[in-house]
Amino acid sequence: MADFEGLYNYWIVIVLAMAGLYIVIARGNLIKKLVGLNVFQASVFVLYISFSKVSGGTAPILDKGIDVYSNPLPHVLILTAIVVGVATTALGLALVVRIRKEYGTIEEDDIHSQDESM
Amino acid sequence: MLKAHLPALVIIIPLICAALCVLLRRKDWAFTVALLATWASFAGSCLLLVRAMNEGVISYEMGGWPPPFGIELRVDALNVYLLIIVSGIGSVVAPYARNSLLLEYVEDRAYMFYSAYLLCLCGLMGVSITGDAFNLFVFLEISSLSSYVLIALGFDRRALTAAYQYLVMGTIGATFIVIAIGLLYQATGSLNMVDISERLPKAGYGNTTVIAAFAFLVVGAALKIALFPLHQWLPNAYTHAPSTVSAFLAATATKVSVYILLRFVFTVFGVRFSFEILPTATPFLILAILAMFLPSIVACFQTNVKRVLAYSSVAQIGYMILGLGLVSVAGLTASIVHMFNHALMKGALFLVLGCIFYRIGSCHIDRMAGIARRMPWTMAAFVGGGLSLIGIPLTAGFISKWYLILAALDKGWWYLAVLIVISSLIAIIYLWRVIEAAYFREPPDDLKEVSEAPLNLLVPAWILVLANFYFGIDTSISVGVAEMAAKALMGAG
Repeated sequence: MADFEGLYNYWIVIVLAMAGLYIVIARGNLIKKLVGLNVFQASVFVLYISFSKVSGGTAPILDKGIDVYSNPLPHVLILTAIVVGVATTALGLALVVRIRKEYGTIEEDDIHSQDESM
Repeated sequence: MLKAHLPALVIIIPLICAALCVLLRRKDWAFTVALLATWASFAGSCLLLVRAMNEGVISYEMGGWPPPFGIELRVDALNVYLLIIVSGIGSVVAPYARNSLLLEYVEDRAYMFYSAYLLCLCGLMGVSITGDAFNLFVFLEISSLSSYVLIALGFDRRALTAAYQYLVMGTIGATFIVIAIGLLYQATGSLNMVDISERLPKAGYGNTTVIAAFAFLVVGAALKIALFPLHQWLPNAYTHAPSTVSAFLAATATKVSVYILLRFVFTVFGVRFSFEILPTATPFLILAILAMFLPSIVACFQTNVKRVLAYSSVAQIGYMILGLGLVSVAGLTASIVHMFNHALMKGALFLVLGCIFYRIGSCHIDRMAGIARRMPWTMAAFVGGGLSLIGIPLTAGFISKWYLILAALDKGWWYLAVLIVISSLIAIIYLWRVIEAAYFREPPDDLKEVSEAPLNLLVPAWILVLANFYFGIDTSISVGVAEMAAKALMGAG
């Protein structure tokens, strides 16, 4: 049980990742798919932040009396990954707007049947 | 002075020029900037090739921070080979973009197209040259995001759904890769690829974190490569993208993803871990053989020629993975040579289809009936590229298959050699359907006014077709460098 609690963050990562992927696969609504993708990406952010934590460490600020601090590098990496995620979401939403204009729907099944009937 | 910064320049020039295109806004200026940027990048890559051959591995410290702390740009035989493929195809396709229908369609926003094109080039070059694992992910996303934009520019509304599908699949793939990089960092405490490979044995090969990282990386890269059965995004994306974009992406994007797989599996994880401790070779071989056959068979039943070529691309990736799965210098040489040769042949064929689309506004086999009489040069180029795709002697395609068969025989797996030959025969079937329609069917009446494609479309297509024949005869560069790269990859384990 102690193991389970010690790995609490990683359980959250797995739950978020699976929930996100499930939404991407199971939902037909294009916006919901993007939301799923975001949840999936968020799980990776949590993963990076979790393993950068050093027990008993504080924020990485150079000051007197602070010698143990968390690893700041993954934080920086994730900042970059968040920017990439934002760009992906923005582009995805822009595509959905164009798809809605052209097809009049954002449901995957409807789009598919419109393409089939052409 | 400038020479020392060459590794940085080949990626920074396209990056800055992409921004410059947006600032200039004028269509012609943006075109000139894009053209010069791709050519400068290609020239830089050629200089790097010469330097890497003479001096060995070039390591460039970004911002003066020595590796493993700073980001390292690393140029060895494999890196520079990829740089040449990407920038070479980029500079042949760039002049083609100007006259293709695409720019008339986007009109006053043409500068945006050039900007996205240069960003995509920059991203692909960056992935090929960087020695830092996280940096690789960032460049991969730069190239992916811009390629989603480029694909969405297609004339058909299905281009939008294709781009969306690619965005979802591509993001999942890239996120898998970033999970793998995170786990590797967790296990080794480093992001520099060479440094990770040195620290991995200390972390222990039985370490579950490392094994999980390996699994995430292979699946993520396979999604990006469009390795069968994860190829679902590719046929739609290449079919509905504008011709220029299909040619550029088909020739470069999947190759760069194959590079990621090679680099991680062989250099970072090492041959011992990837193939001796984990049984990776057999799944790769099985998927490669499936990829050689099933998409080829699907290609035989398509009516849109672009889709035929797209499925054929999935099949060709099978050959590259097959060489990888053989885990020998000969097999890897074949894989790497095929990356180069496939870029040449698919680039040529997609450019030819762009010429046809320019004149008749369609790539359907039925619409192409008798077109060889109206566009003889265009169709001759198609036949040239097609011969190379099949692997007829004296073409580039023959060289890669020859080396692949030799590598298979080297292992004593003659049945694999037979399978390679049989799968090449399927290529004859799907290409013959196009050639039969174009040469032997009567042209319909509405084809009377169709004339030969304009020169600035035809010349880039022919450059690539002639390159197919050149590299089918003189293999000293293409095979020579590939062999060096393969030896370095195998030796790193």
